Amino acid sequence: MEKERHVLVIFPHPDDEAFGVSGTISLHIDNGTPVTYACLTLGEMGRNMGNPPFATRETLPKIRKEELEEAARVLGIQDLRMLGYRDKTVEFEDEEKLANRLGVIIGETNPSLIITFYPGYAVHPDHDATGAAVIRAVKELPADKRPKVHCVAFSNNCEEEIGQADVVNDVSAVIDRKIAAIKAHASQTQLMAANMEESIKNQDPEVLARMYKERFWTYKI
Amino acid sequence: MEPAVKEHVQKEIDRLAKKEVFIHLETTNGAYASHFDETFFSSGAYIRNAQLVYEHGKVTGKGPYRVGLKMNFGWVYAEGITHFEVDEDNRLLLAGHDFSGKLAVALQISETPFE
Ligand SMILES: [Zn+2]
Repeated sequence: MEKERHVLVIFPHPDDEAFGVSGTISLHIDNGTPVTYACLTLGEMGRNMGNPPFATRETLPKIRKEELEEAARVLGIQDLRMLGYRDKTVEFEDEEKLANRLGVIIGETNPSLIITFYPGYAVHPDHDATGAAVIRAVKELPADKRPKVHCVAFSNNCEEEIGQADVVNDVSAVIDRKIAAIKAHASQTQLMAANMEESIKNQDPEVLARMYKERFWTYKI
Repeated sequence: MEPAVKEHVQKEIDRLAKKEVFIHLETTNGAYASHFDETFFSSGAYIRNAQLVYEHGKVTGKGPYRVGLKMNFGWVYAEGITHFEVDEDNRLLLAGHDFSGKLAVALQISETPFE
């Protein structure tokens, strides 16, 4: 993995960073690279409330905010920014305004690498809209000032259309922190995290491949 | 939240009748439903802070429950209510959680706007 000057992670939901990217974030932090995580919403419209339910539609944002802060702490992210958009509404925001807002953060942090979702291949409309706004903001920069953009894609058709991921990070060295980050989002991952640990213990090859290898597509701007 | 108790829910619906109230009404199957099962048709809707007055309301069924609020000029309806809570702001929160515990429907009534 290349040493970066500054890594800027931009996702719409608390926990978006946990599954596909938290290992990579940890490796950058171990490298001494500062990481900024800009999270657009608090996942206000999440459906996981605990079973039996311990969260309500109204308490969920506060719970998920605390979980996000805990995940950032576990990963060693010093600069966590919550941008105050609302879950499920990102695609309805004014695209230019959203891109400008992200552009300000890009300007301020001057990252050499941005990690976000691949627009059109990230399943949730908030994911696609966030990725699109990031790409729009990066396009505004002069060509020689543009950071690299690594995108996360996981739609069922993504490999057919955009090929194989060109960046694959082996995160086995920091797997404990990755699992801790996933667990930090307890309201959303409780059941899943328990199953996952069990599968890792049993060396389930599919789960190991998914957990230990984080895959990115470099966006060609 | 607690499992919905019909009599208690009815009392709260009565308490908020004939007043200007704010409604959060939502139904959802999640943004990932069609990703995991491509034969599944994903749909959902929500309205947050609709301001209205209902003349009377009822909770019916054997559980999961149905709730209908009758207005002068229309209706508010929710089906699949399993849980309820009156929170510290005196808001009535009704929710329906599916068999795995995920939120499927919510109907919330408050005398002040939801944040
Ligand atoms: Zn997400």
